[in-house]
This record gives sequence, C-alpha cells and structure tokens, in this order.
Amino acid sequence: MRTAFNVNGRPVSVDVEPRLTLADCLRHNLGLSGTHVGCEHGVCGACTVIVDGRAVRACLMLAVQADGADVQTVESLSTGDALSPLQASFRRHHALQCGFCTPGMLMTAHALLLAEPDVNAERIREALAGNLCRCTGYIGIIKAVLEARAAYPKRSEGGTP
Amino acid sequence: MIRRDSYIGKPVERIEDLRFLRGRGQYVDDLQRDGTLHAAVVRSAFAHGRILSIDTAPALALPGVHAVFTAADLGAKIPVIPVRSESQPSLDRLVQPVLAHGKVRYVGEPVALVVADTAAIAEDAADAVVVEIDALPAVTDRASSEAGNALLFEASGTNKAGTFTGVRGNADRAFAAADYVRRERFRVQRHAPVPLETRGLLAEWDAKRQRMTLTGAAKVPFWVRAVLAKMMGLPEHAVDVVETDIGGGFGARGEFFPEDFLVPFAARRLARPVKWIEDRREHFMATAHAREVECELEIACRRDGVILALRGRAWTNAGAYIRPNVATAPRNIAQMGAGPYRIPDLRMEVTVLLSNKTPTGSYRGPGRFEIDFCRERLIDLAALDLGLDRGEMRRRNLLTDTEMPYALPTVLPQGKTGEFDSGDYRITLDRCLAEIGWEKKAGLQGQLIDGRYHGLGVGCYVEGGAIGPRENARVVLGSDGMVTVYVGTSALGQGHETVFAQIAADAFGIPIDHVKGVFHGSTTCVDEGFGSFGSRASVMGGSAILAAAENLKDAIRKAAAEHFGCAAVGVEIIDGLRAVKTGNRQMTLSELSARGFAAEGTFASEKRTYSYGAHAAHVAVDPRTGQVDVLEYVAVEDVGRILNPNTLHGQTVGAIVQGLGGSLLEQLVYDEHGQLLTASLASYLLPNAVDYPNIRSISLELYPSPLNPLGAKGGAEGGIIPVGGVIANAVASALGSLGVQPFELPLTQPRVWKLIDAARSGAGQRPG
Repeated sequence: MRTAFNVNGRPVSVDVEPRLTLADCLRHNLGLSGTHVGCEHGVCGACTVIVDGRAVRACLMLAVQADGADVQTVESLSTGDALSPLQASFRRHHALQCGFCTPGMLMTAHALLLAEPDVNAERIREALAGNLCRCTGYIGIIKAVLEARAAYPKRSEGGTP
Repeated sequence: MIRRDSYIGKPVERIEDLRFLRGRGQYVDDLQRDGTLHAAVVRSAFAHGRILSIDTAPALALPGVHAVFTAADLGAKIPVIPVRSESQPSLDRLVQPVLAHGKVRYVGEPVALVVADTAAIAEDAADAVVVEIDALPAVTDRASSEAGNALLFEASGTNKAGTFTGVRGNADRAFAAADYVRRERFRVQRHAPVPLETRGLLAEWDAKRQRMTLTGAAKVPFWVRAVLAKMMGLPEHAVDVVETDIGGGFGARGEFFPEDFLVPFAARRLARPVKWIEDRREHFMATAHAREVECELEIACRRDGVILALRGRAWTNAGAYIRPNVATAPRNIAQMGAGPYRIPDLRMEVTVLLSNKTPTGSYRGPGRFEIDFCRERLIDLAALDLGLDRGEMRRRNLLTDTEMPYALPTVLPQGKTGEFDSGDYRITLDRCLAEIGWEKKAGLQGQLIDGRYHGLGVGCYVEGGAIGPRENARVVLGSDGMVTVYVGTSALGQGHETVFAQIAADAFGIPIDHVKGVFHGSTTCVDEGFGSFGSRASVMGGSAILAAAENLKDAIRKAAAEHFGCAAVGVEIIDGLRAVKTGNRQMTLSELSARGFAAEGTFASEKRTYSYGAHAAHVAVDPRTGQVDVLEYVAVEDVGRILNPNTLHGQTVGAIVQGLGGSLLEQLVYDEHGQLLTASLASYLLPNAVDYPNIRSISLELYPSPLNPLGAKGGAEGGIIPVGGVIANAVASALGSLGVQPFELPLTQPRVWKLIDAARSGAGQRPG
C-alpha cells in the first residue's frame, strides 16, 4: 500500500505492507534510525514520535495509519551542531546513559512542554511514566525536563522553540 | 597516583550524548548492509522434552525464505558454549549446544534458525516450522531439582551441577561457643537485567578473504571472538567482533549466546550478511536470567552484638544449562556472606541446581545482592533479639582502616581468595545514618501516620571491582596534534568515552577536545582486550590508558633526544603535546615526525578494588493494600577516587532504582510446567518515572585504592547490592507492631498484604 505523510517537515511517500508499523517504516524505509524499538508492544515508549502534535508510540501505529499526518521524530529537535534547549538540559543533568530510551523520552517531553509549558515535577513524572529507562533511575530526566520548561513559550506567547 | 588537575573529578558533560540526543547513535539494528538477510529463531515451546521430529518444509516453501538450519545441519559435533568464569569439570559437562538436539530443556531454547529476505518473512517462517516434542516432567524449583525424578542430563545422574564453598576460620567451633545464634531461611526471586535494547547481531562473511565480522558484541568481545573462531574452525585473526552503541547490559548482554554462533554460521553458509534482532518476548526467555536463590543463614553473636560467625547453605537455580557465567553469583554468595563486617569465622556452602528454566548469568552485583539481602535481614533480627540499635550493631562490626588489607574467605574448589584493599567502613554508615535522620526519625518507626505504617531500614555492602588479569590500550597522536584512544574494555552506556577522554587529556595535559575519539570493545582496537564486567572498565581501562600515555611520551622524548642529540630525560614535552624542547632548542612534533606517534600500554592487576558504603530508606506501608512507598532513599559510598561525579552518580542512582525494582516489583514467574508467565513488559514490571522520586547519592573519596595509579575503585554495582536488605528491613521496621518479618523478595503489594494479613491472624508466613 502506498502511504504519504510529512516527516520532520518533509513530504514522503512509501509503498509498504499494511502490517508494517510506523516505527519500522521510519527506521527501515525512511532511514530515520533515531526512533528506537524496545518492546513492540507499547510499554517501553522508546519509539515515541509526535504525530499531529501528540506523542504516540510508533510501534502501535501502522505506517498506513500515518497517511496525511504530520510526523516529528527525534531527528527534528535540532539542526546543525547545536542542541535544542531540551537536549542540552538532558546532557547537563546526565539524563541519559545508554541513550536507547532517550529519543522516546525527548519526544514525550517535547510534546508535553509544547502543550503544558508550566508543568510541575509530579506532572512530568506522570507524563513520562510510559517511557521506561533502565539506566538512569529517572532523577536526572525529571530535572532536565523541569529546567527545559524555560525554553518553551507560554501558550499565550505562541511559537515553538 | 597522577595529580588531580583539569578533568578527572569534574562533572564533564558526556561526549556520547551529542549523538544519542540527536538520534545519531548507531545501535546494531541501525546498521544497513546491502543484501542483508534476516534471521528468526525457532524456539522450544516446551520446558522439557524429547525432540521427535522437526519439519522445515512448510517454512522453506514460503517465498523469500533462504534456509532453515537445525542441529542436523551443523555436522557431527554440535558446538557447545563453554563456561567463561569459575569453570570446573562438573560444570563443563552441562553446557548448552548452540541448537537443541535430542532434548529441549527450557522454553525458548533455540531449535532452528530461519533466514529470509525480511525479518517479517523470517518470523512467519519460524512459526511454520513444525517441531514435535514428547514432553517430559519439568523441573522448576529446588525440591523437584533435588528430587531428581526428572533429570535434565540423564548421563549426569543428578540435577546438581556443582558446589562453591566459602571458608574462613572455623565456623562450627565459633557457633558452639556463642552466646546467641539465630538461623533463618530466605528467598530471592528470579529476575533479570532487562536492558532497553534487546540483543542483536549482524554477521558478514568475506568469502574471498575467509574473514568473519560479527557486529553487535558487548561486554567480552575478545572472549566471544575466541569462542566463535574455535567453533567455526577459523584462526582468531580471521574473526573480528565489533561493538556498536549498546542499549544497556547490566551483566546479561554480551556473554556467548547460541545466536552468536548461529547468525555467523548462516552468513557464512549463505554468503550474505545476516541480521538478527531479538524481540522483547524472546529476550525474556532467551537472554540470561539471574538471582533465583534460596538461603539458610545462621548468625552467631556475643550478647553485646559482636558477630562471631556466619554459616549457611544456599541453592541457586541455574536454569537449564551452565552458561558462560552462571557460576559468578554462587561463587560470590560463597565468598561475600560477611560483606563489610569483621566476621572471623565463616562457612557458606552454595549448591548450583539445574532446572527447566532459562539459563542464568550475571546481573549487576551478582550474588552480592542476594547474600546482602539475607545477611542484612539477619543482622536486623539479631539486633532486635539482643535489644540493640540496628545502626549501632552494624557499627560495632564494620571493618576499620587499621584492619586493611583484610583477607576474604577462600572459595573452594578453586581455592581462590582475596582481600579488601582500603577503607574505614564505619564512615559511610555514620554519614548515611546522619543523612537519613536515623535518630531523629526513630520515633516514626512502626507508627501509623496518614494511614500508613512508617519504617526505616539500613544496610551495608562492599563492591568488588577492577577484575584482572590486565587490560590494554593504545594511544595515537596524529600529525594534526589530536589524540585517539583505543581500549580493550567495553562500553554499554556507562559513559566511558567521556571518562577515558578525561583521563587521556589529563595524562597529556591537553584540552579534552584534543581527544578526538575513544574507541572501545571491538577486537580491531587492540590486540588483546578483556571487556567490561565486575566494575572493571574505568579502573583497568583507565589505568591502561595512563600506561599507554606514558609510553607515548617516552617515544616522543626518545625521538626528540635522537634529533637533538641529547638524553631522553633532558627532553621536555611542551605546549600541550605540540612541541618538544631541550635547553633553548625547541621544535614542533609535526617537525619531529610527519607520521605522528603511537604507543600501547598495559595495566595488570590480580587484586580487586573494594568500594563500600551504606544505604538507608524511609518507607511507608499501606496496610490496606500492601503498597510500599519509598519516601526517602539515601546512599553513601566511598569509591576511592571520583573520575566524573555525573557518571558515577548516574551509575549509583540507576543501580538503586534497578535494586528497588528487584526488591518491590520484578519477578520472572513460571508455572509448574516450566512455562514463563511474564514474558512482556506488561507483566514484568520495571520501575517507571513515578515510582521512586526521592533518591540521594553521596559519593566520597576518602580511601583511594592502593592498587592502581588512579586510586579508583569500581563503582557501577554498589548501588544495587544492599537495596533488597534495606527495603525489607524498612518494611519490617514499619510493620514492627504487627510482628511482620519479610524473608522473601520481592515485596510486591500482594505479598506484603498477605504478610500483614497473616500476622494479624496470628500465623507467621515464611518460605517453606
């Protein structure tokens, strides 16, 4: 089946089997290997991408379901050599070790901060509860997201960082 | 010891983060090779049985399937996976063939390998292979293993695989003379490291050059190369084992698994690159499990709380085969029973039992987590009986700096011993008790506050690090003035690229961004490497890099001396490794050599480092639900020398949360037929971001190790070792008024609720 959607602002069109997940399509058909697959049953959150503004698990969505959608992956967070404020905050707070869960963490946190730039630590923990990390124990991740809030405009201000 | 200067000890931000944060990491499944075929493993659905037939025809009939390999395709002698650690003849007989033949011995055991154009076709075809098995009774626990009515290896005549015994002094004599003795039985459940990235491999056969490249290795690539080369009948130099970015290991990943042979075998046979990526369900049944142990432990004390002796027996459930490091945990249980305490007389006998479950291996703090739980619980019970404060009882028995080095028990049959290197183990306890507010909160213990019982727990540990025998590094100074580091240790996410860049930068006195790369693990890096296990990489790899740096500076001085016509000692390296001078004559290194310089270095040590520390927790237990909330958790450790506080705290806090998972949530559950009931992340609960928000880690560097030039000690495992005991002690303290005493992990909601219910109805609950 042919499916067409936008990935990181770029239109793509791919011919895929109906059973192909969006995660596998991004990784293997489109070469965006930053999206990781940790469980293929929607628990670990490593494959989280943003589809039409909402964080979704790319292993629980078929590529054909993305037809017409706007998909953002970890590769969109920064361009060139500079890290985005969220990425830089993750680095500063040692919020990653092996890096495997990190793309999913970043995308969940990015979607959260875009929607709720005033979140508190408790809400961040709740929102990230669907993203498993086996290395860090989460302490640094929560600190990193808390600090990154400053870079996300309050809703009235508009725009994206 | 090298001087403390620019980078070592500083919270240098990690180099590897720059690619991980941008989705540019290169994990094994990210690698693409033209013409790659994909493999899927056909696994046994039965825990124990005889293979009657394997019909591969329906799979081979599917379009896109290239081959289905069974044991019959592997020749007359099926390769078996050797024991890596603590080998002994009784264990070596019980090793795993790379494909089952004759019998299957656990659910998930590889029976065949399917290779197809895509992973999806390979999985479809794996389902189409018909394996007929005549089921045999499954051995799942200690009782059925010891009874021996069903035998995993009939020729062996028993399910007992071997014994490790730790001995110091004469425990029986000490027990006979003691004022006070108490014996209890403990259990730690089967659980597993469960890294976020499953295992995966990419094998490439170069027929023209007769060379195999296996990518996706971790932990012990050089050992994997040696084993693979032997199995494939190739010289070692014809096999390269390559490490990519790795999504966590914690002990399991990287040991030689059946797929480490099967995937290269298929690539060679089909003359095409072959990739295999484990799925999560497979991971739960195919990658090594850990921890399952039952232990009878007995303590002998004077009335004043001085511990005289420990003795006990333990039984580890090794699973169906003796895999490469099954034996590390039982060995450590035999040796580390006394932990950080001055206990002159000890005897600990550990029996390794086979069962029809997934074979076990190491998990962070192997054996130490288990025996720490048992010992720290028993010390609390003794303190209660003797009317002593639990902190004070520990303090009286902890080793002090005047007793170092302190000899460890000897482990039989190998006869190996060891010694603690340095430290004053009371200091971390005192600091930990102060940080948690032990005295201030004493009144809270056992109190029902906001509907929950509150309690405090404390526990102490030592962590063995820096396993020898040696490690090797190579440093290259390019003509561009940049340094590249190659090292034989492995990196699985700990941040070694950064730590090693710090060490190299300080060794040369150069800015860290003049270290342009740190390459690790792969057999292409150095001639001989040992990998990462037993908290060895920073100490052994880091010290090898120091040695290589010294050798490189010697080479520069020697070349300059020849040029200047002076003695090498008269040459000074200046300008951040850019120039040399003697007297008033000076030249740049690029003038001295257009090719740059390179040198190798080795650090050898047979003695281990011992970090130590104490943890304390404040918990609240809801008697209506059995829920245990960890209100506060404090860890204090002395690691000798802090190389990077960020990566160190990352290791410690991450390990603590893994330990909390193992203490409160995680368990691999089997039914009586040997079927694994928890083969998904929906049924096997890992800690998430909500569970344990209040953890503090305090790291000290009071007693550097005298055993290496960095003064460092291994620091990756201490965080997990005492957690089970600390949490169970806190729960016992909270539920003291009910008389609840946990003897078994994990303290899940249902288990704690049952303990409370049983205590209220007057019946204690203990493992049978």
